[in-house]
Amino acid sequence: MRKLALSDDILLQIENPARYIGGEVNSMMKDPKGKIRFCMCFPDVYEIGMSHLGMQILYHMFNEREDTWCERVFSPWTDLDKVMRKEQIPLFALESQDPIQKFDFLGITIQYEMCYTNILQILDLSLMPLHAKDRGEEYPIVIGGGPCVYNPEPLAPFFDLFYIGEGETVYDNLLEAYKANQEAGGSKLDFLKMAAQIPGIYVPSFYQESYHEDGTLASFEPVYPDAPAKIQKQVVMDMTSSFYPKTLVVPFIKATQDRVTLEIQRGCIRGCRFCQAGMIYRPTREKEVERLKACAKELLLATGYDEISLSSLSSSDYSQLKDLVTFLIDEFKSKGVNISLPSLRIDAFALDVMSKVQDIRKSSLTFAPEAGSQRLRDVINKGLSEEVILHGAHEAFEGGWNKVKLYFMLGLPTETEDDMKGIAHLAENIAMEYYDTVPKEKRHGKVQITVSTSFFVPKPFTPFQWAPMCTKEEYLGKARIVKNEIRSQLNQKSIRYNWHEADVTVLEGFLARGDRRCADVIEMAYRKGALYDAWSETFSWNIWEQSFAETGVNPDFYTLRERDLDELLPWDFIDAGVTKEFLQREWKHATQEEVTPNCRMKCSGCGAGRYKGGVCIEGKN
Amino acid sequence: MKVRIKFSKTGAMKFIGHLDTMRFFQKAIRRADIPVAYSEGFSPHMIMSFAAPLGVGTTSSGEYFDMQLAKDMPTKELVRRMNTAMVEGIEVLSAVRVEDGKASKAMSLVAAADYEVTFREGREFVPDWESKLEEYLRQPELPVFKKTKRSEKTVDIKPFIYQYQIQENKLFLKLAAASSNYTKPEQVMDGFAQWLGVEQKPFAYIVHRLEVYADNGNEQKHEFVTLESLGEEVE
Repeated sequence: MRKLALSDDILLQIENPARYIGGEVNSMMKDPKGKIRFCMCFPDVYEIGMSHLGMQILYHMFNEREDTWCERVFSPWTDLDKVMRKEQIPLFALESQDPIQKFDFLGITIQYEMCYTNILQILDLSLMPLHAKDRGEEYPIVIGGGPCVYNPEPLAPFFDLFYIGEGETVYDNLLEAYKANQEAGGSKLDFLKMAAQIPGIYVPSFYQESYHEDGTLASFEPVYPDAPAKIQKQVVMDMTSSFYPKTLVVPFIKATQDRVTLEIQRGCIRGCRFCQAGMIYRPTREKEVERLKACAKELLLATGYDEISLSSLSSSDYSQLKDLVTFLIDEFKSKGVNISLPSLRIDAFALDVMSKVQDIRKSSLTFAPEAGSQRLRDVINKGLSEEVILHGAHEAFEGGWNKVKLYFMLGLPTETEDDMKGIAHLAENIAMEYYDTVPKEKRHGKVQITVSTSFFVPKPFTPFQWAPMCTKEEYLGKARIVKNEIRSQLNQKSIRYNWHEADVTVLEGFLARGDRRCADVIEMAYRKGALYDAWSETFSWNIWEQSFAETGVNPDFYTLRERDLDELLPWDFIDAGVTKEFLQREWKHATQEEVTPNCRMKCSGCGAGRYKGGVCIEGKN
Repeated sequence: MKVRIKFSKTGAMKFIGHLDTMRFFQKAIRRADIPVAYSEGFSPHMIMSFAAPLGVGTTSSGEYFDMQLAKDMPTKELVRRMNTAMVEGIEVLSAVRVEDGKASKAMSLVAAADYEVTFREGREFVPDWESKLEEYLRQPELPVFKKTKRSEKTVDIKPFIYQYQIQENKLFLKLAAASSNYTKPEQVMDGFAQWLGVEQKPFAYIVHRLEVYADNGNEQKHEFVTLESLGEEVE
C-alpha cells in the first residue's frame, strides 16, 4: 500500500484531505527506477486544477512514454500550507507522495495571472530557492507553460525555461534532450543550452533587457549567442491525429468541472479584439467528428462520468456540431449521461438541443454581448447585435425559458457613458421582449435577468495590447453608472446586477503586461503573505499596495499608460503567429469602429496562415 | 433483480467521505458496465441505497449498498466485474441477490454493527486502560455528556452496547446502529474519558468497522445476522 506523505493527524485536521492522497481512478503508478520524473503542477487548489483539460492531456501523454513517470501536484490550501511550514514538510507529488525536490522536472501550467504567488508557494513549500539562478544541479528543472507565458517576463527569474505554445508538439524533443544530456554527463546549463535550440523553448536566463530613461523597454536580446532572437509558438497542426487521452484521472471529491471534457476544436474564427485566446490559438483547427465520437465513447466508459461537456472557444462555429450533438444525445441520453454545451450561440438549433439536454425551468440562456452599445461592440469586433439577442431571447421565451444571463465588460477602449448605460437598456429591452411579445400562457412566471460585468484587462497579443486601463475608482464609477441606470428602468425588479472587484482587475492588468522588473513585486507580495489572489476570501490588495511601495515599482506605468505603437513590448520576442502589423491594423480599425469579418468569411491576413492549416486552408485543397 | 454489495474501505480511502464514496461507486458501476436500473424522470439516477454511512477517518471491512439491476446477472460475475473498476483501498467482497421491496432496503434493516477500536501508540487515556475500561463498561448505566451547537444533554449508552470485549491493545464493540436507537464507538470512548476525567489526545484511537447486522429477533431477544446473509448467491 502507498505510504502517504502526510500523517493521519494532519490529514484529519485539514479540510478535504482527499486533495492530498492521490490514488484516484486512472492515476498512474510506475516503478520510479530509471524513469524521468516529471511533476505537473496546476498552482491552485486541487478541485480547480483537476478540472483543467490541458493538464490531463499532458499527464497521459507523458505517461505513454515508458521512460517517464508524470505525477501531479496542486497548491496546498491555506490550512495545510500553515502545517507544512510549521513542520517543515516538503511538498510532494500525489502519486508517489515523493518530495518534488527529487524530480527531474516541475512543469507548471499558468492559466491566469492571479496564481503567480501560488507558483512561489509551490517552489517554497518544495524547499527550493525561488530564483532559478539559486537552484543548483540537485533541483528539478522548472518549466512554465500555458496562456500566461505569452508574456512570461514578470515570472522570468523564477523559471528555468518556458514552453511557448501547445504542449503536444515538442515535449518529446525536450525529454530526449534531457536524456541525452544525462547520458553525456552534462550539467543543467548544458541542458538549458540544448533546450534553447528546440523551437518554442524560451530560456529566460539567456536573455538580457535594458530600459530607456522613461522606463520603457530599450532592448531585449540573447546574451547566449545560440539562443534564438524570436521564440516561435508551437501549434498542433493535425488536431484529429494529435494525442488525446483515452482516459482521465477521476477525482474522489467533486472537481469544479466534474465531467468528461471533449475538446472539439482549438482556436476561434471570430477575432474579438479583447480576447487573447482568440488570437494566440490561431489558426482555428477542428477535430474530425468521427474521432470525437470515438473519444466520447471511450472516455465515458473509462471514467464512469455521467456528464460530457464540449470544449472550445465557440462551439457554434464547429462545422459538424449538429452531427456530433445528435450522436451524443442518441447514444448516451438513455444511459443517464448529461450533455453540457457551453459557448453555444442561441439559435433554433441550440434551443432545440438545449430543450433535449437540460431542464428548461432550471437552466438559463447566456449571452455575452460584452459591450452595451452597437458602437462599442463594433470597436471590440463582437459580432453580436441587439436584434440577434432579442430574437434569440424571444424564441427561448416561447420555448419556456425565463432566465437570461448577460455578460459585459466595463472599461473597454473608447467607452462612453452611453455605452455603459446601453447595458441597462439592453437588459430592459430583453425584459420588454418577454412581457410585450410572449403570450401570457407561454410565460413561466417572471423573467429573471442577471447582468454581470467584469472590468476589461488588456492582454498581450491582442489588438488592445497598447490600450490604457482605468483606475480602481474609475472602474467602480462605471459600475455605479450601470447600477443606477438599471435601477431607473421600468423592469428593474427583473434585473439583477453583479460586478467584479476592481482592485483584482488592476493587479491582473499589471501582471499581464508587466516586464522583468515586476518579478520583485510578486516576490515581495508573496513574502508578505499574498496567496490565492484569485480567491476573494484570501486576496489582499493591501499587501500588494505595500509591495509596490517597497519595491518602488509603479503599477500605473503598466496599467494606465497608453503604449506607443512603436514601443518595444516585453513580449515582442515571442512570435505568437499573429503579426504585430495585424494587431496594429486591428487596433486602428477598433478606434475607427470598423468591423473585421471572421476567418471563414474573409481572411484578414493575421499571419497564422503560414502554419498552412485549419481554417486557413478550408476549402482550398 | 436487486443485489446487495459488500465492500471494504481501508488505507488512504478512509479520507474519502460518505457522499464521495457513493459518487465513486456510481462511476465504478458505469466503468464496470453493470446493467444498473435508473429511476424515471428528467434526470434519472441509479437506483441504489447505502446501508450505514461511514465517517471520515474510519476504515471498514463490512460496508453495504443495495442496487437494482435492469438485467439479471450471476453474482460472482458481478463481483468480478466490479473489482475491475476499484482502486487501492476499496474492494468488493461479495454480492448477493436480495428480496425486492422497501422493507428489505439495506438502510432500514441496519440494527447493529461491530467495531474495533485501537489506541494510537502513546495516546492511551491512561496507562492501564484495559482494566479501567473493563471497570467502566461493567457499570449498570453509562451516562455520556454530549454538547452540540444547539443543545447539551446526557444519554445513557449502556442499552446500546450489545457486546464488548477487551483484547490486547484493542476494544471490540457490538453497538446498536438502527436509526432510532444507536451509539457510536466515539461516544463510548467519550464516555470512558469523561468517567476517567481525562482530556483525550487528538485522534487518540483508530476505529475500524467490521460488520453490519440486521435483527431477525426482537427487542427482548436479538438475533443478529449479517446483511449479506439475508441474500443468496445466484448463478
